[in-house]
Amino acid sequence: MSHKNLKVALIGNPNTGKTSVFNQLTGLKQQVGNYPGITVEKKIGYCKLNENTKATILDLPGTYSLNASSIDENVVIELLLNRNDPNFPEVAVVVTEVENLKRNLLLFTQIKDLEIPTILAINMSDRMDFKGISLDIPHLEKELNTKIALISSRKNIGLDNLKELIANSQELSTKPCLNASSIDPAYFDGLRNAFPKELLYKLWLVITQDVNFGNLQRNEIEEKSFAKPASELKKMQQKETIKRYQFINDVLKVGYIVDSSKAKGIRAVLDKILMHKVFGYFIFFGILMLIFQSVFSWSGIPMDFIDESFAKLSSWTKTAMPPGLLTELISEGIIPGIGGVVIFIPQIAFLFLFISILEESGYMSRVVFLMDKIMRRFGLSGKSVVPLISGTACAIPAIMAARNIENWKERLITILVTPFTTCSARLPVFAILISLVIPDEKVLGFINLQGLTLMILYLLGFGMAIFSAYLLNKILKFKSKSYFVVEMPNYRMPLFKNVAINVIEKTKAFVFGAGKIILALSIILWFLGSHGPGANFENAEQIVTEMPQNKEIHDEVLQDEIASFQLENSYIGIIGKGIEPVIRPLGYDWKIGIAVVTSFAAREVFVGTLATIYNVGSHSEEELTIKNRMEAEVNPVTGEKVFNFATGISLLLFYSFAMQCISTLAITKKETNSWKWPMIQLGFMTVFAYVTSLIAYQLLK
Amino acid sequence: METLAELKIGQKALIIDLNSDSIPLKLLEMGCLPGNTIEILQVAPLGDPIYINVNDSFVAIRKETAQEISVEILNS
Repeated sequence: MSHKNLKVALIGNPNTGKTSVFNQLTGLKQQVGNYPGITVEKKIGYCKLNENTKATILDLPGTYSLNASSIDENVVIELLLNRNDPNFPEVAVVVTEVENLKRNLLLFTQIKDLEIPTILAINMSDRMDFKGISLDIPHLEKELNTKIALISSRKNIGLDNLKELIANSQELSTKPCLNASSIDPAYFDGLRNAFPKELLYKLWLVITQDVNFGNLQRNEIEEKSFAKPASELKKMQQKETIKRYQFINDVLKVGYIVDSSKAKGIRAVLDKILMHKVFGYFIFFGILMLIFQSVFSWSGIPMDFIDESFAKLSSWTKTAMPPGLLTELISEGIIPGIGGVVIFIPQIAFLFLFISILEESGYMSRVVFLMDKIMRRFGLSGKSVVPLISGTACAIPAIMAARNIENWKERLITILVTPFTTCSARLPVFAILISLVIPDEKVLGFINLQGLTLMILYLLGFGMAIFSAYLLNKILKFKSKSYFVVEMPNYRMPLFKNVAINVIEKTKAFVFGAGKIILALSIILWFLGSHGPGANFENAEQIVTEMPQNKEIHDEVLQDEIASFQLENSYIGIIGKGIEPVIRPLGYDWKIGIAVVTSFAAREVFVGTLATIYNVGSHSEEELTIKNRMEAEVNPVTGEKVFNFATGISLLLFYSFAMQCISTLAITKKETNSWKWPMIQLGFMTVFAYVTSLIAYQLLK
Repeated sequence: METLAELKIGQKALIIDLNSDSIPLKLLEMGCLPGNTIEILQVAPLGDPIYINVNDSFVAIRKETAQEISVEILNS
């Protein structure tokens, strides 16, 4: 027999465990990408169904129905309406949750009406006894015209049965569940006569949704005067929804019995505690504290290890390889550059770990509920909490998470202020500066001063985000309707497999995305630092040796003098000196200036840049970590340490507030559809950062 | 007739009518439709939003949306 490869799409409401099903079916055989032109995550996985059949499984974004209200949901509709799309599924698996079957079936009936072979997977079947639910599967299969797989993705039950049903999908009926056209027979008859070849329900979706598909364009329908005013369409959609629920209720009356005397639940109890007007906030802030403290202390160990390992590797290559340009490029450009990327991994992984646990457990929605009224005073929504918290990992997914906010003004403000939150790219900068200028001491016997400083920086970031939201709320004058609807999912133990896959995928995407920029910049920097125009650079050795004050000094010191003279006269030195007048009042010398300039593309480049600059500028054979080198830097004129308290604080403030991330600007442009907003972001944040650092340095010096 | 916004915690009501222009379709799809029962489970600390169970869907909505839903109280 020949091998078959079936195209399968997983479709379902949010919170039905659809992603768990996807992970169970495909394991780590997944590819995560983006849909072309938009930043909606596209997950494809592979699965062997039986001896002869394989499946390519597409995990579509969660949606409540085929009436799209976000870009994520649009993806689902555009795919299902376009039979020519290469990803168009041969089989649709609608994943539902047993406790919410009624509501989940709404989407199922819509997909059935598109006449796509559809399997109904009822997930979380292990909860049925607990909730006193019993199902009449044969009845449901008959009434819904489908095959049902009763599964539990958490306990890995029934997935073999689901695979078998997918493999035998040719047996599925494509008969629709109900006839939606009866909501307005005259209108639909007209539609049928005008487009006899097209599926009626498909036409209806094209009219009501903002999507194009295949050879049938919206405007063609509108020309033939089937367009209706929005409010009338909405009334019809409401009628359609009622009709679908009537059908579902009739089916479930026999097929789905709940014995509520047997039902147990921890939802009510946990809700009372977690959403309590006092304890609720205590618990929330307690969890936040725990996250930030542990991210800093737990990831410190692997980070030090990575830092030292790369320092060793760099000096080992220097001695092991024959001297020359290539060796220099590898040991002074590439290795420190890669080290600057790898050092992020522990912190990012920990942050994504905590955030995905909060989301998986269902807790995040409770926070949205608790915070909505407070956030609204600042022009934000309760849902802004999710972007603001995820912003501590990375502003890019955070700004994308703002899509769930239905109100445009609240969404825009959230997008604009999210980059103020302390993202993981700032952490390495903060970590190294804090360890340089804040003493490693305990106050009140147990609070670590360095940890406390970091905590203050996080609070400062949040504070700035809230404050600028407040300003924007006063300035922006447009009204838009609030459509706030938040589902409160059941509480669940986060599944290890889901959390692990999420952490691995997100970390990988971040490291490779940022990694490319950092690596490229490191190589460019190395080049600019080890080459220079004119005679001063070429003849550095001669010039320095002939300086009168250098007549009597030790050879090793002389070598260092030559190296730093060379750096000053390299391309990068010239650039740095050029901007020195602007940054001098903030307490930075020209070397820090270079790092500030390079980190305008991505702030995490700061540490790597200084590593490369100091590496190029030093001639010693010792293994030195980045921190050692920074500590050893002294101002040649005053003899004071470069990274003193005032400069350190000024830098910390600058990196807290400045907009130094090209990727964030790009995503803001994409999500707001205009260059205006990212430019406002860039301008405001940079000016604000400059002014605060200036004030801080001038007061502290 | 009352609106959903006037209900107290623990009260159940029957949905009579709703203003479909100012109610998100998503809420309707979750089962917030005339004829279904609705219960207030919790009210957020500052009086808004409210946490409801409608048609076995557990959702939070804002008061301004709740004001657009007319209900008939079932128990008091």
